[in-house]
Amino acid sequence: MTAPSADLPPEQVSAPALEMRGITKRYPGVVANDGIDLDVKPGEIHALLGENGAGKSTLMNVLYGLARPDEGQILLDGKVVEIADPTDAIDRGISMVHQHFMLVPVLTVADNVLLGKEAMRDRIFLDKGEAHRRIIELGDRFGFDLDPDQKVGDLSVGWQQRVEILKALYREARILVLDEPTAVLTPQETVEIFAVLRRLAAEGHSIIFISHKLYEVLEVADRITVIRRGKVVGSRIPSETDEDDLAELMVGREVQLTVDRGESHPAEPMLKVDDLRVTGGHGGDVVDGVSLDVRAGEILGVAGVAGNGQDELVGAITGLRQPRSGTITLDGEDVTSDGPRALHGKNVAYVPADRHRFGLVLSFPLTDNAVLTDYYMEPYSRGVIRDEGAIAKRADEAIAQYDVRTPAASVTAGTLSGGNQQKLIVAREFDRDLKLLVLDQPTRGLDVGSIEFIHKQVIRKRDAGTAVLLVSAELDEVLELSDRIAVMYRGKIVAVVDGRTANKEEVGLLMATGGRDEGAADQGSTA
Amino acid sequence: MINKLLSRSIRGQLAITIGAIILALLVGAVIMVLTSPIITGSFDPWLWVDAYLALVQGATGIAITLNPFSIEWLGLNGIIDTLVRATPYILAGLAVGIGFKAGLFNIGAQGQFLMGALGAVTVAVFLADAPSFIAVPLALLGGVAAGAAYGFVPGWLKANTGAHEVVVTIMLNYVALAIVSWAVTGPLRSTTATFARTDDVGAAALPILGGPSGHELHAGVLIAFAAVPIVWWILYRTTIGFEVRTVGANPDAARYAGMRPKLLITGTMAAAGLLAGLAGAIEILGVQNNLPATYATTVGFDAITVALLGRANPWGILFGGILLGALRAGAPLMQIQAGVPIQMVDILQGVILFFLAADLIVRWVFRIRDAKGTDVDELKTVTSSYGGSSASGS
Repeated sequence: MTAPSADLPPEQVSAPALEMRGITKRYPGVVANDGIDLDVKPGEIHALLGENGAGKSTLMNVLYGLARPDEGQILLDGKVVEIADPTDAIDRGISMVHQHFMLVPVLTVADNVLLGKEAMRDRIFLDKGEAHRRIIELGDRFGFDLDPDQKVGDLSVGWQQRVEILKALYREARILVLDEPTAVLTPQETVEIFAVLRRLAAEGHSIIFISHKLYEVLEVADRITVIRRGKVVGSRIPSETDEDDLAELMVGREVQLTVDRGESHPAEPMLKVDDLRVTGGHGGDVVDGVSLDVRAGEILGVAGVAGNGQDELVGAITGLRQPRSGTITLDGEDVTSDGPRALHGKNVAYVPADRHRFGLVLSFPLTDNAVLTDYYMEPYSRGVIRDEGAIAKRADEAIAQYDVRTPAASVTAGTLSGGNQQKLIVAREFDRDLKLLVLDQPTRGLDVGSIEFIHKQVIRKRDAGTAVLLVSAELDEVLELSDRIAVMYRGKIVAVVDGRTANKEEVGLLMATGGRDEGAADQGSTA
Repeated sequence: MINKLLSRSIRGQLAITIGAIILALLVGAVIMVLTSPIITGSFDPWLWVDAYLALVQGATGIAITLNPFSIEWLGLNGIIDTLVRATPYILAGLAVGIGFKAGLFNIGAQGQFLMGALGAVTVAVFLADAPSFIAVPLALLGGVAAGAAYGFVPGWLKANTGAHEVVVTIMLNYVALAIVSWAVTGPLRSTTATFARTDDVGAAALPILGGPSGHELHAGVLIAFAAVPIVWWILYRTTIGFEVRTVGANPDAARYAGMRPKLLITGTMAAAGLLAGLAGAIEILGVQNNLPATYATTVGFDAITVALLGRANPWGILFGGILLGALRAGAPLMQIQAGVPIQMVDILQGVILFFLAADLIVRWVFRIRDAKGTDVDELKTVTSSYGGSSASGS
């Protein structure tokens, strides 16, 4: 796989399928792309690596016709082209698989694949027979066993992604851009999708793989281009580099990839959840009798594929959802029916998974966001009257102490990058004495530098004696930080394993299957 | 750098508002020119100049003639008319505006206005012989209470049942009309008047601050002007206002932060009803002097234009209210001097609203760049009102 183009004629090897030359794209105040050169050979998996805001998306938007470069050229098969819009890009064989799938869940696989490029009979009628034939043929060729008549909404995330890829192939894409394709997948699904990508490359497709997960890039790519602050800072071949080297290139300084978690000193149980049941949106218990405890000074990780009841579990613990039955006890006190405000008063902090939806008000300035959960307390207000001075001072402190990169505290939260938004939330929620800290996907979508920073802060809170409940679909994160790992599957805790000795494959398998024998589906015993 | 960022977004909004007004005036001019054969009997490409100059004169007292050029100020009457006309627009505009701040589209200002008028006139009729210093505040209070109660209903329904405030308030507007009609043709009907109306408000009439006959400046104008900074202060300097704005900007984050969206939605609608009811009370006690059964007003609907012109900001609403007040104050002179029907003002208002809602057109014409991450977008509240999810959550 390191030399996928070996069996192609030499002249094709020399002509890149895609060449971007000196692409420069300026936005008011920033140069998003500054003279970027990128070439992708036929049959090559080319990884584009860079932190958030480094300019990867801008470059891909230029390629996909969503943005016009101020300078530079795009060459397809050695010929200069102007890409006017996404339709034009698709017609030229460039397809993009977005991180958030652009699928219609109520339509079938076939309908989704056809959407936008319907096979027609007599120019009026849909030719579904022909479409089916081609979908099955493409599926066979690339090893996706997809039923064209299945509803997309019934498919797992991993298979939905394959529908997206199939859509691109159906449109005869030769250059496939995948934006963080593994962000939503389990480790097993990731392995499978990599196999699909290799097969596509072997058939001569060129693949641009955007990621910030270093080990994945090393595993699947033939070549890696690293972008930092709008410029190409290096190009590597996986066999001649390693994670530390790539991280340093990406961030521009040496990065500690795995946080030194040190010894933990768990004390008495701080949070006790007993036989908790939470009803989901469609009825039925999505949290189905969960019992767990988190001790002071300990990090309990909850691992599980997204949608196995973690959201509802966190909702019940943080007071945003009312459980159907069961009890939640904090430091000996029953808090089952407490709302968010009451829990905040009892020194519980919560970093929500969706920072745009829950954690911040994007249209508000950083000042208001810095006190979003404690605006009602002194010194930020007296009675109902806000103290603007105290709020501004708090925001400035948070910005300084937690290294939030912003031009000022008065800009709106929506203008910050994801990493800086999350740092602001962390500053707000971590910066007081806590009994319990609930972290839901605390580093989703963040760059390496921000992840490193946030992980260090989490360890710091643990060492200060806070009980930390860490819920993450990112198995690496759970493995890296947790003292114990509870695996959640279909609303139940199927196993609790020691975080320091846990093995990734083993936990991944538990996440995907819930344990092979039914016996494991009982309450996991404390490891 | 930061000042630049901030002022760019505010300037962008201001530019769109002003752009929309300019475009509306242009559309108005085109309509006037096209219809000039009907108005003057012959095609007159300059009719709009006469009409707009008359409008300005009626609203400000500034008389401009072009040939020969002269400019003259005719005194305070125009300005008094504008302020008196603007008063209900400002208060009702605030009623719609605070709704927008809480993510609610209060189309019910009309009904709340009518209920405020009815509440005030009811108290006023009963206190006709009481001294003014008792009758006036109690009559105002009657209007305020009736309006607040009428705003509370859709707020409570929205918070507790998820019933959409747009649908409920539209229906309640009709209900208010029917209640007024029943009360005025029934229990409140004046025995001395020839048509169905209430008795005059008598002692509850608002004190007149000055101005010649026909152009009296009543004390309600002061209330409207005082309401603007008060509402601004509550919205931006108190925790209650912060909660209201948070619920409007991001109801999920509000719940996460421990705020109570149901209470806030109910409270905001009641406060909106209070302001619109105050507008109705002042209009009756200061201008109308009694309430006819077929009280023809569109203040509550015009308030939507005012709130959008002001981008839901109290100071902007003050500006929007004065602009609409000026248009209404100037319209009669426009009809007298240029022959252009008063309804031209309705067209202008409608076109302004159109361009505000279709701000892409304004951006395109005036090359205004999109400013991201600005304050809560009240236009989004309007355009996404139907089928939008309940702000209260589960």
